[in-house]
Order: sequence, then C-alpha cells, then structure tokens
Amino acid sequence: MFLLEKRPEASRLWTWGTPVLAVVATMIAGGLLFALMGKDPFLAIRAIFWDPLFGPNASYFRPQLLVKAGPLILIAMGLSFGFRAGIWNIGAEGQYVIGALCGAAVALAAYPAENLLIFPAMILAGALGGFLWGMIPAFLRIRFGTNEILVSLMLVYVAENVLSYMAHGPLKNPQGYGFPGSRNLQQYPSAHNAEVIAGTGLHWGVLAALAAVVVGHVLLNRHIFGFQIRVAGQAPRAARFAGVNPDRLVAICLGGSGALAGLAGIFEVSGPGGQITDAFNVGYGFTAIIVAFLGRLEPLGILLAGLLMALTYIGGETAQLVVGLPAAAIQAFQGMLLFFLLAFDLLTHYRIRRRRIPA
Amino acid sequence: MTDLLRIEGISKSYPGVKANDDVSFTIGQGRIHALLGENGAGKSTLVKMIYGLVRPDSGRMVMHGAPYQPADPRAARAQGVAMVFQHFSLFDALTVAENVALGMDNPPPLRDLARRIREVSEGYGLPLDPGRVVGDLSAGERQRIEILRCLLQDPKLLIMDEPTSVLTPQEVTILFGTLRQLAAEGTSILYISHKLEEIRSLCDEATILRHGKVVGSCNPRDTSARAMAEMMVGASLRAPARTATEPGPVALEVRNLSLPATHPFGTPLRAISLAVRQGEVLGIGGVAGNGQDELMLALSGEVRSAAETVRVLGQPVGDQDPNSRRRAGMVTAPEERLGHAAVPEMSLTENAVLSGTVRKRLARRGFIDWRAAEDWAAEIIATFDVRTRGTGTPAAALSGGNLQKFVLGREIMQSPAVIVVNQPTWGVDASAAAYIRQALLDRAAAGAAVVVISQDIDEILEIADTFAALNEGRLSAPRPVAGLTLEQIGLMLGGAHGMHQAEPEALHAAVPAASLPESPHVPS
Repeated sequence: MFLLEKRPEASRLWTWGTPVLAVVATMIAGGLLFALMGKDPFLAIRAIFWDPLFGPNASYFRPQLLVKAGPLILIAMGLSFGFRAGIWNIGAEGQYVIGALCGAAVALAAYPAENLLIFPAMILAGALGGFLWGMIPAFLRIRFGTNEILVSLMLVYVAENVLSYMAHGPLKNPQGYGFPGSRNLQQYPSAHNAEVIAGTGLHWGVLAALAAVVVGHVLLNRHIFGFQIRVAGQAPRAARFAGVNPDRLVAICLGGSGALAGLAGIFEVSGPGGQITDAFNVGYGFTAIIVAFLGRLEPLGILLAGLLMALTYIGGETAQLVVGLPAAAIQAFQGMLLFFLLAFDLLTHYRIRRRRIPA
Repeated sequence: MTDLLRIEGISKSYPGVKANDDVSFTIGQGRIHALLGENGAGKSTLVKMIYGLVRPDSGRMVMHGAPYQPADPRAARAQGVAMVFQHFSLFDALTVAENVALGMDNPPPLRDLARRIREVSEGYGLPLDPGRVVGDLSAGERQRIEILRCLLQDPKLLIMDEPTSVLTPQEVTILFGTLRQLAAEGTSILYISHKLEEIRSLCDEATILRHGKVVGSCNPRDTSARAMAEMMVGASLRAPARTATEPGPVALEVRNLSLPATHPFGTPLRAISLAVRQGEVLGIGGVAGNGQDELMLALSGEVRSAAETVRVLGQPVGDQDPNSRRRAGMVTAPEERLGHAAVPEMSLTENAVLSGTVRKRLARRGFIDWRAAEDWAAEIIATFDVRTRGTGTPAAALSGGNLQKFVLGREIMQSPAVIVVNQPTWGVDASAAAYIRQALLDRAAAGAAVVVISQDIDEILEIADTFAALNEGRLSAPRPVAGLTLEQIGLMLGGAHGMHQAEPEALHAAVPAASLPESPHVPS
C-alpha cells in the first residue's frame, strides 16, 4: 500500500521539477489521444513542439511566438499576485476585452487625426478599462462578500456581449460595407502598435510584458507589497497581524490584474489583432491562468511558461496544417498540461511512501 | 489494595522521536493516579495506547491480571476504559441527550437515555438538563457531558486529559468532588495535568514522565509542587524575579471599548475600560471564550474601534491599523503562534519582518532590507536563546517553546512602551515558560506597560501586579494581586460583578454547584 506523507518543508526540487514532469506527461497523454484519433502521435508532437521553431516554415512562425507569448505573460503576471494571496481573478478574458474596447474607442474617436499622444492615450484607456472591469468583482467582494471567482468569470460573458454590440454598433467601420468590425488600426499610423524591430514579432506589448516580469520580480522579492502578498496567501490571520488590510489587497490584486489584462487587450487590438470584431478574443485570459500556475506564480517561471504556451498555440496551428488535428484537440492538450501540473504538484508537498500492510 | 491496570515496559517510537521508552507503572483500583510531564514528555501517547488509539511497539498492559491490548477505542470501552478528552467533540446544534447518544455504541431510546442522564448526573453532583442545546452551555457544562458519556458506561478506569483548563476555580472544586466520589466507589482515575497544586490536592499517587521515560513517582500529598516541577523539567527552576519599580504614568488606556461579536459563536466586548502604567503588569484572567481573542484583536489593531477608545502614551489609536499602533509604541503577541503570530512556512528572517518593519526600520521606501532583517532575526535568536538551525529555518520547524520565545523576543526587542500578550506560555515547556515570564517582567522593569491575557491563574499570580477578569466580554475592575485569594479570583471569573465584598464563606453557601453563573459559549 502507498502512503502520502506530508513533507515538513516544500521540496525545492519538485517545485521546479513538476512543470517539466507535467510537460512530459502531457506529451505522452496527448500522443495517446492523437493516436486514438488515428493520427501519428510522433508527427503531431513534432508539429507542435518542433516545427514552429525549426521546421520548414519556422521563419513565419517564430515571430508569432512573441506575439502570442506577450499577452499571456502580461496577463499571467497580473494574475499571479492575486493567486498568491488567494484572490482568484478568473475573468482576465473579460478585462482583456474591455481594455481593448476602451483603447480602440479612443483611437477611433481620434481618427483620422495624427498625433504622437494618441497611442499613449489608448494605452492609458486600455489599462483603465481593464482596471475598472476588474474592480467590479473587487467591489462586490469587499462590499457584499460575493465570490470573486464567479463574479469575474460571469463578467467575461458580459464583456463578450459588449464586444459583440460594439463590433456591430458604435465601433463599426462606417466604410466597412456593412460588415461587422471596426476600422483596422494597423492602417492608422498614430494608433498602430507596430513591431519595434521588424520581423521579430516584438511589439510594445511584448516589451510591456518583459517589464512586468522584471517589476514583478522586484516587487515580490524586495518590496513590502510582495511580502504582504505572500503572507496573505500563506496565513491570512498573520497578514492582518502584520498590518495588511485584506480589503485593500483584494482591490489592488483584482484592479491590478485587470489593468494588466486591459493592457494586453489594447496592445493586441492595436497591433496583431488590428480591429475590434466579435471574434477578437481567443482565450488569452484563460490560458494565462495555466501560464501563471505552470510558472509557479514566479515571474521568471511565468516568462518561460508563457513562451511554452505560445508554442502550443502556434504548434496547434501547424499540427492542424501538417497532421490535420482539430482545433479542439489542441485545447484538450493545453488543458492536460494544467491537469498534470496540478496532479504532480502533490509531490511538492507530499512524499509517497510504501507501507507494508500489517497482517 | 488491588491493581487495576499494570503497564509493563511499554515503548512507542515515531519517526525521529521515541515517544515512550520502557514505561512501567501501576494504577490501583479506586485510586486517583496523576500522570505528570511537560509537553512532549509522552503523556498523550501513553494515554492513547491505553485507550486503544495507538498500539505500543513493545511491552504489555495487564488489566485485572489478564492481558489487555485494545485494538481500538471501542474495545477499550468494552473493557471498562473511558476517556474525557481535552477538546470536546460535541455538536452545538444538538441537545445534551442527542450528543450523548451519538457517542454511544448502542444508544437506548432518547427518553430512557434522558432519564439515565438525569439520574447519573445528579448522583454525581454534575447537574445537567438532557434537553438543553449544547450551543447554549458553558465550557464547564460541556465538560460535564463528556464526563457523563463516560459515567454511563460504568467505567473501571476513567482517563481525564487536562480537564481543568476550561474551568473556573469553583467548577474545579465541583469536578474534584465528583472524581473523589467516583474513586470512593472503586473507579480508578488516570489524571493528566501539569497543574501541580491541583494534583497535590486531588491525586493519591503520581508518575512523572520526561522525554518518554518514567523519571520518578511520588505521593503528591507530601511532595512540594516545586520538587515535582523539577522532576518534570529535570533541572532546578528559578522563580521569576521582579524588581520593585515605582509605576510611571499611564501608557495604555482603554476607555469604554465595545465591539460586536465577529462571528456567531464569538463574544461581543462590552464597555471595557482599563489603564496600565509604565512598569506595571496587568493580568487579565478568564475562562476561554469570554472575549480574550476579541480583546486582543481590538488592542492589536486587527479590529478597529473609535479613535478615543484606545490610547497609547496618550495618543488615540483606536481607529489605527497594527503598524500605526506599533509606531505609537504598542506591540502585541497573539495566542496562536502558527498562522497568526508567525507564518509557518516562512523563515525566521521573514517572520521577523512580519511585525518588525516599523519599529526596526527594516524597510526603506517600501523596499525590505533583507540583510538588516536577517541580522535582527539572528539577534533575537541569540538574545532569547531560541534553539534552531539558523535564521533560514521555517517557523513551523521550531518547537512550540522555541517559536514562542522567538515571537516574544521579536516583540520585546522592539523596545515597546506597551506590550500585550495573549497566553504567552500556552503549550510551552516549563523552562521556556519561566524564561518568557522573566523576559516580560524585565521589560516591565525597563518601563513598559505589560498586559498579559492568560487562562492560567498561576501565571497571572506569578507575574502580574494587578488582576482583572474577563467574563462574557466584560472586564472587572482591576485589583492588586497582592492579597487576592483564589476564592475572590473565582468570583471575579464567574462574573459576579459587584460582589467583590462577598465573604469567601458566604460564597460557598451562596454558589452551590447547580447555580454557578453560566459563562458564554466556547467556540469548539
């Protein structure tokens, strides 16, 4: 018989070993899944993890890596602080959408004026939009004790309906021949979030994500705020004893992660996305949850995890092309990653021992 | 005298620790036998083996001349062994009779059970109404239910684990009466406690455990408490020394502090007023659950009130958060070490930062100076003799006594003008407790106002200058400890407000067992 025994201290080896183990297990289980679907598992795994980086069309896919990883990292950084403190923002997807809408609205209102201040104003508006959308669950939790998981999640669907309304109504391109969707911001120089270095995929949002990683690292390890976040997550009563105001922490975490998700939204719509359409959001806000946990809620880990998840996004596309995998199989693949990560996490806090059954 | 239970060479090991090592002793029939020892001496393990919760690695037990090896508590009960645990397992929402029935292997119909409860409880001077809901009962009454559960089984051996920690002195007297009656009828009692005076007045014989081994046995009636304590600790104990100082001006003042209960079984604070002068130690006694936690939170700033209700050195801080109060000169050490006073998984350095940033200037413009923090943690460890591998050790890895020394060291070394501690030596071994009490007295001698909230009356009598009792969220008027008798303290704890002049003799007449004032709920 096997016994689970709690470790006196969390194992350092397994803290970083589990993500690697989870990736390996996902490859095996994913391969099995693909084989059951009648696809060659080795070809599929290679299409996901190898081809985007080193395959024949890698020059097209490589910039996409940063394009996809940027918003994932930016959102996950915001989420990780709240997750550490036990404040669960599940609605980053909604904050991302609202951020994109607010920023794009500023751009479209200014159109066709050209001014250096337009882009900064869009970014501010995007961050503010995400912040305010994130403050709704914060306010409801502080004021009425509602569960922020449910409220933030449901607000995603509200945001998606607002998005659809905007794409068909107020933000619709008047010169778009009646098609839903806004003007393309890529064709509006003052509002375009262009690549900083052409051909690399490195746009301002990626730089913002890298800055968030650096700032997050410093905050978490050197600043009293990061310390309070860690205390609040591990021992809420001790946090209050240390002078942490729990309500303020809820507001900062939900508002802050909302602002970062909003930033990701505006960088996306003004750059790679280009326009507001009712299919603008592709689930970055949800995938970022996986990224945050895969990265152990550590800034550097999130950076790596963001790149890995971006790879599975792009790899999913190549796998669709090369092997003919359905898009849903890739989502299942990403889900497996989180599943295995959480399962193997047990090893961080527990060890498995054999016990002889007494006769 | 015949032997009821003989323990012969029992040993039990857990990974890394030998909980019991070749323990032998004998409990005579109809005797009250004390099991004495510090925390971690192996008392609980031993008792769990007798009650069938744990199996010994080696050695054997003999009951009435026959081998006794219970496989589980049910088997132990079948052989006539019953146990009253320190922590009650009762459902607040059910009645007394329903709770008793739930604990029985084959409960009779409730109506018969209720009659039995009434008979037995009155027969032993522990009146209980079987129809009352447990949530409305005092801690003492709840304990009676647990005792009754045992008595209904007609036990031959009754094990009691620290039964008096939740009782007022008057309730203790009643309990002892019951236990003596049981012993006279032939029931043996194994009585676990570290309260030496109680053991001296109640028990016929005592076995003393240290580090899992029997280190001595004695007749407690003619052994001094000090001698027993020294056997327990294995060293000679030094009573806290105090230097008489003239109290200075008032450093902590609480005026008319009232707060609603924070949770359904909590206690509201009702118009609490107190003043502590520099160099003075105020002891606040009370049975658990009478507002100690709430008062502590209100003083630390974790729960806020109107500004004028709490003053530190004249400065109103009632509406301030914990860090502002620290800045004003008041530090606190809550009762629960792991999870409240310290973060279990965090290192001692990080735990030093927990409450030390303000007064020790460990953060500059919000950025923590980890080197300074580590130096300070090392200083606490050195000054307060905290036994640990180093500043990087997680708090959870320290023993209770060592962590408490660290926590109190952290607060005391901030040179506070006011220090408030709740249960400073709860679950701490005797030598660490003596050290902590001395440290508090030294801080008072250095000019701090000290408030000690404690359920241990002996502790308060030992270090406090003035005593006040907390009862149902009300605080009695403080009285000087010098000249205070146990009877008077019991009256204050029982909440007989305005009866301070009552004669002790009158008390015995006026407060028979049944009509003791009820204390409020104890969160279980």
